[in-house]
Amino acid sequence: MNKMTKNTTNGTKEVASEKPDYIKVDNFSFYYGSAKVLHSLNLDIPYKKVTAFIGPSGCGKSTLLRNLNRMNDLVDGIKHEGDIRVDGESIYDPFLEVISLRKRIGMVFQKSNPFPKTIYENVVYSLRIAGRNSKSELDTVVEKSLRGAALWDEVKDRLHESALGMSGGQMQRLCIARAIANKPEILLMDEPCSALDPIATAKVEELIHELKTEFTIVIVTHNMQQAARVSDRTAFFYLGKLIEYDKTEQLFMSPKVKQTEDYVSGRFG
Amino acid sequence: MNKESIKSDRPKGEVAVWFSSLGLSLSLILIIGLVSMIFYNGILVFWPDQVVMLEFQKGKGQDVKGSNFIAGEITKQQSKIIKDLNVKLDGLAAQEWQLHVGNKDAYGFSYKFFDMQHLVKESYPQDIILAERNEYGSAIFFAKYLQLKNGDKLNKDDPKFETTLKELTQECKARRKDILQIEKFEIGKINSKIEDIRLEVRALQRKGSNPEIEAKIHSFDAEIKFLQKGYEDLAAKSRVLREKQNENTLHAEIVTGEPMILPVGNIYSFYYPNRLSTVDKISIFTKHFAEFFTEDPREANTEGGIFPAIFGTFVMTLLMSLAVTPFGVVAAIYLREYAKQGFLVRAVRVAVNNLAGVPSIVFGIFGLGFFVYLVGGTLDEIFFSLSLPTPTFGTGGIIWAALTLALMTVPVVIVATEEALSAVSRGMREGSLACGASKWQTIQNIILPASAPGILTGLILAMARGAGEVAPLMLVGVVKLAPELPIDGVAPFVHLERKFMHLGFHIYDLGFQSPDSEAAIPMVFATTFLLIMLVVALNLGAIIIRNRLRKKYQASTF
Repeated sequence: MNKMTKNTTNGTKEVASEKPDYIKVDNFSFYYGSAKVLHSLNLDIPYKKVTAFIGPSGCGKSTLLRNLNRMNDLVDGIKHEGDIRVDGESIYDPFLEVISLRKRIGMVFQKSNPFPKTIYENVVYSLRIAGRNSKSELDTVVEKSLRGAALWDEVKDRLHESALGMSGGQMQRLCIARAIANKPEILLMDEPCSALDPIATAKVEELIHELKTEFTIVIVTHNMQQAARVSDRTAFFYLGKLIEYDKTEQLFMSPKVKQTEDYVSGRFG
Repeated sequence: MNKESIKSDRPKGEVAVWFSSLGLSLSLILIIGLVSMIFYNGILVFWPDQVVMLEFQKGKGQDVKGSNFIAGEITKQQSKIIKDLNVKLDGLAAQEWQLHVGNKDAYGFSYKFFDMQHLVKESYPQDIILAERNEYGSAIFFAKYLQLKNGDKLNKDDPKFETTLKELTQECKARRKDILQIEKFEIGKINSKIEDIRLEVRALQRKGSNPEIEAKIHSFDAEIKFLQKGYEDLAAKSRVLREKQNENTLHAEIVTGEPMILPVGNIYSFYYPNRLSTVDKISIFTKHFAEFFTEDPREANTEGGIFPAIFGTFVMTLLMSLAVTPFGVVAAIYLREYAKQGFLVRAVRVAVNNLAGVPSIVFGIFGLGFFVYLVGGTLDEIFFSLSLPTPTFGTGGIIWAALTLALMTVPVVIVATEEALSAVSRGMREGSLACGASKWQTIQNIILPASAPGILTGLILAMARGAGEVAPLMLVGVVKLAPELPIDGVAPFVHLERKFMHLGFHIYDLGFQSPDSEAAIPMVFATTFLLIMLVVALNLGAIIIRNRLRKKYQASTF
């Protein structure tokens, strides 16, 4: 844990990441029952960069993302081979508590899922369950997280109203605020804009730009323009295999594999 | 467009709409009909009727105690059931009327049918009096004079007659309360003290005998003597009060010409039924209504109120809910959230569903065997061994009744809770887990609040079933008349081992076990109506809470 938090202040878009293999997916295969959905993936995700996973539906990009915080553990009959390491530590280490892993890796889902509580309580949820209840600390966290999610100005006067009364875009940003409230090191985003209108999408994308100064972000998206706009690196998956993984400009401008070119130019998918 | 094409364009299956609406209307009509019949019949009990005086031809079989006069409230007017086929009758002559004639001590009955064929005269005498008494039901009579304790006679035409009688009945009412206070509470307190001492003495005697113990027992003897003295004082006091109740007497004559002497202490209230204005009637109606809710039953439950039954039903249902909710919810959480969904869990689920179909009397027998004899018996042996063989918990009681019903209704709660839990969206669970919450924290903070409305729905169903259940209760603690309420002012205030009265059983008892079934009919309706109202009220309370929660936890769509 300490090892991971020592470098949190530097690292910007232009500078190459000082930890290019911050998350290391090492020969990773994954099964739902007997169906193999991920085939021996190898992937290095750099520190404090935005990495996008693209690919047609069913290609395994979400499955890989949900493995990064072991959210797939909830599903019955799963199996994996190979390893995923975050900052050198295996997430499948039997001595690692999955709860502490999830505390380090925040997640934003495709469908916004605010809890049926007040806006305030939504944001501080992760602190409350960790037993941190001091009012002043919570107040600071709420303001900081909501500002971080570009939501503060819209909701600061109704923090104690139900979160379910917000608009779809606001709810999604609230979920982002909730995910960053506990200061995770990594932020996983599973198609965060798929249910939002273009204006709300623009806001979230802007937010991703700002957040990457603090967090390592992995985003799954169906929208190639979005991947091109927000990410530093892009991985293209097809049928559970990693087809191509490169710097975003590289992948979109001059893909090395034919399949990638077809996909990014819209010829299939 | 011709008729054919309209017919062929009509979407298939539209007839089903008519069928389903037919089903709905039919059930609505049945329910509304049932409730309004019960309501109408139940509410009529409290309305003061006029008293009719009938004169019949003498010797035509309508005579009561040799008199051809009778008076009473009309309770039923119908065409004769047994008709004389040789004589064609119509109008009033073809009818028979049922009268509530009261004066059960004089007539030997209080309801009777009269053949209107032999009617001579129907009248509504202004000065006839209807009095409610504490025995033999109500009395219907003409007053003659009031014999006061100082020897004065107050004639019925005296302008002070009515007010004096009213004052005296009020006085007696207050005195009746004092007597009750003395006999029920003060003497009861002394009795329980004496009982405690007796138990201690018995405990000492069991230890064996040595001089020290003998001395102790002796000291108790003195205490018992002292308490017995107190008891005798109180008994004497109540005797004096009781005698006072009979000091003033009302001398009257009933319509058959028979004299009647009524001690004023026997009269609860009286009124002139044929002199009442609508306002008077409403006030009497309200009074009757309030008495029904607040007073103890009298006269084998056919008169007075049903407060103990309302209270018993309410407390039992509440206890049952308290027992069934945590039990059912915890079971459902394990089944749905923790248990590995396999053959065993499926088998358990089927078993739970089947449990809901077991006849309730079986639960009653189980409750008697398990809760009352085994659990209660064991408790008695451990904690109340001194009073054995008199059982304390080892006999029917409100706690055992509540637990038995909780057991009976637990499948409803389990099924409803499971439904509610599985309806909580996966997104919400994952959101909570992604924040680093453990499974239990997720259940506690997210899933349970979100499924609370569904859980409450299950509880509502369970309460509705439990409050209306009678059969199992008869085995585990319901009685016809409970002298004491399960919650009262005597320490420790909540007496869960006590037997109790229950509206459902009260209905059964009134309707089928009553010595005077005609007198009980109105009470049956009123009690039934009240039971329905109680269930509605309990449900309404739960529904209001549920709607509040639902508003709070409504899952959103974008």
